[in-house]
Amino acid sequence: MVKVENLHKSFGKLEVLKGISTEIKKGDVVAIIGPSGSGKSTFLRCLNLLEEPTAGSVQIDGQDITQKGADIQKIRQKVGMVFQHFHLFPHMTVLQNLVYAPMKVKGMAKNQAEKKALELLMRVGLSDKAGVYPAKLSGGQKQRVAIARALAMEPEIMLFDEPTSALDPEMVKEVLEVMKTLANSGMTMAIVTHEMGFAREVADRVLFLDEGKLVEDTVPSQFFLKPDSERARQFLKKVL
Amino acid sequence: MQIDFSKIEPHIPYMLEGIGITLQFTSLSVFFGFILAVLLTLCKISNFKPLNWFAVFYTSIFRGTPLLVQLLLIYYATPQLFDYQIEPLAAGVLAFSLNSGAYLSETMRAGILAVDKGQWEAAKALGISYPRMMKDIIFPQAIRNILPAIMNEFITLLKDSSLVSMIGVAEILRRADVVKGQLFIYFEPLIFAALIYYILVMILTLLSTWLERRLRRNG
Repeated sequence: MVKVENLHKSFGKLEVLKGISTEIKKGDVVAIIGPSGSGKSTFLRCLNLLEEPTAGSVQIDGQDITQKGADIQKIRQKVGMVFQHFHLFPHMTVLQNLVYAPMKVKGMAKNQAEKKALELLMRVGLSDKAGVYPAKLSGGQKQRVAIARALAMEPEIMLFDEPTSALDPEMVKEVLEVMKTLANSGMTMAIVTHEMGFAREVADRVLFLDEGKLVEDTVPSQFFLKPDSERARQFLKKVL
Repeated sequence: MQIDFSKIEPHIPYMLEGIGITLQFTSLSVFFGFILAVLLTLCKISNFKPLNWFAVFYTSIFRGTPLLVQLLLIYYATPQLFDYQIEPLAAGVLAFSLNSGAYLSETMRAGILAVDKGQWEAAKALGISYPRMMKDIIFPQAIRNILPAIMNEFITLLKDSSLVSMIGVAEILRRADVVKGQLFIYFEPLIFAALIYYILVMILTLLSTWLERRLRRNG
C-alpha cells in the first residue's frame, strides 16, 4: 500500500531523515515512535507531501508520489491526515467542516455528503454537534471531528501526527477509543504517538526512529519487551 | 464677525444631494479597490518572483506619491496620452481604486499571513486545490482578521473623496464651494460640509462595530 525507499529530507543544512525504507501493508496499524527531533513527524508528513522529500521515493498504491508530474491533490485524497492541533476550519460548522472537501474536491452531492457526515459524527459520538462551530468544542471533541473530517474523504490510509499530544489528559481516552475502533475496522493507519500503552495494544508494528534513522521495525510485543537496539532500550526506560 | 446659518438654508437640499455622489464614488472605489487588492495580494504571496516584484513595485508607487497627484495625473494626463477625455467621476474612481488597492493589499497580505499555517496544511491534506483553499478557507479567515482595517480604509476613502472636488465632481465639498461662491460666505457652507462628512463617518464607524461583533459571534 505504502512503500518508502531510502527517504531523505533536509531543511537547509539540517538533515532530518537519513534514508528510511519501510513498507506499510493494507490494514496495517503502524506506530511511529521515537525521541523528539528524531524525524517522526517529518517522516509522516512526507507520506502526503506536506514535506517534499529531498531524495528517495514514496509509493502509494504502486504510484511514486515523489515523481515530477504526480497529481498531488489526487494522492492526498487517498491519504487522510489528523494533526496535533486539529486544524478544523473555524469559520465553518462541524457539518460544513465534514462536507466541504467531499463536495468541492470529490464532487459529491450535498445530501449524500451530509448523510455520510452525520454517519461519521455518530461514529465518533458527536451527532449532536453538527451545527456547532469548532470554537465551542473541547479539545477531544475537536480531534474527533478532525478524524471524522479526514474519514469523510474515504481515504485508503490515515496518518495521525501526535493526535493526543495537545489534549488535556482526561480527553486523551475518547480520542484513542475512536482510533482503536477505526483500527479494528481494518483501516490502514500510521500513527506518530507518545502513547506507549496505545501503541502496544493497537499497533501491528512499531517503527522506532532516532536521529533520522529507522532503528527498529518490529512487532510491539518484541519492541516493548526486548528491543534490539541500545537506543530503544534507553528510550523505553525513560518513557515507560 | 457675523455667522448666519439661515443664509445657506435655501441651498441645503443642493448640498445634501452631494451625499449620494460622495457615497456612490466611495463605494465604487472601495469595490474596485478591494478586487485590485485581492489580485495584488495573490501576487505578493505567490511563489513566482516576478509577480512579487510587480506587486511590491506597484504598491511603492501608489503609497509613495500623494493621492491628489495621482488624481490630477489621471484626469489631466489621460486626454493628453490617449486622446480621450475621461469623465471626472471615472478619473476619480480610477485613481482611488488604484490607490486603495495598494494600501489594502498590504493589509490583506498581513491578514493572510496571520492565518494559522495549520489551516493551509489541513486544506492541502484534504486535497483542496489552491484557488479553492484561498477562496473558501484562507480568505474568509483573513478578512475576519482585517475587517477593522478594511473599514478604516473605507472611512479614509470617504473623507479623501473630497479631493475629487478639485476636478469638478459635484460631491459634498464641491457643492459647498459653489454655495460659498454664490453667497460670498465661507464659514457656514464649509462647516455644513464638515458636519455631513462627520455624520457619514460616524455611521460607518457604527456599522463596522456592528459587523465585527457579528463576525465574532461565530467562533
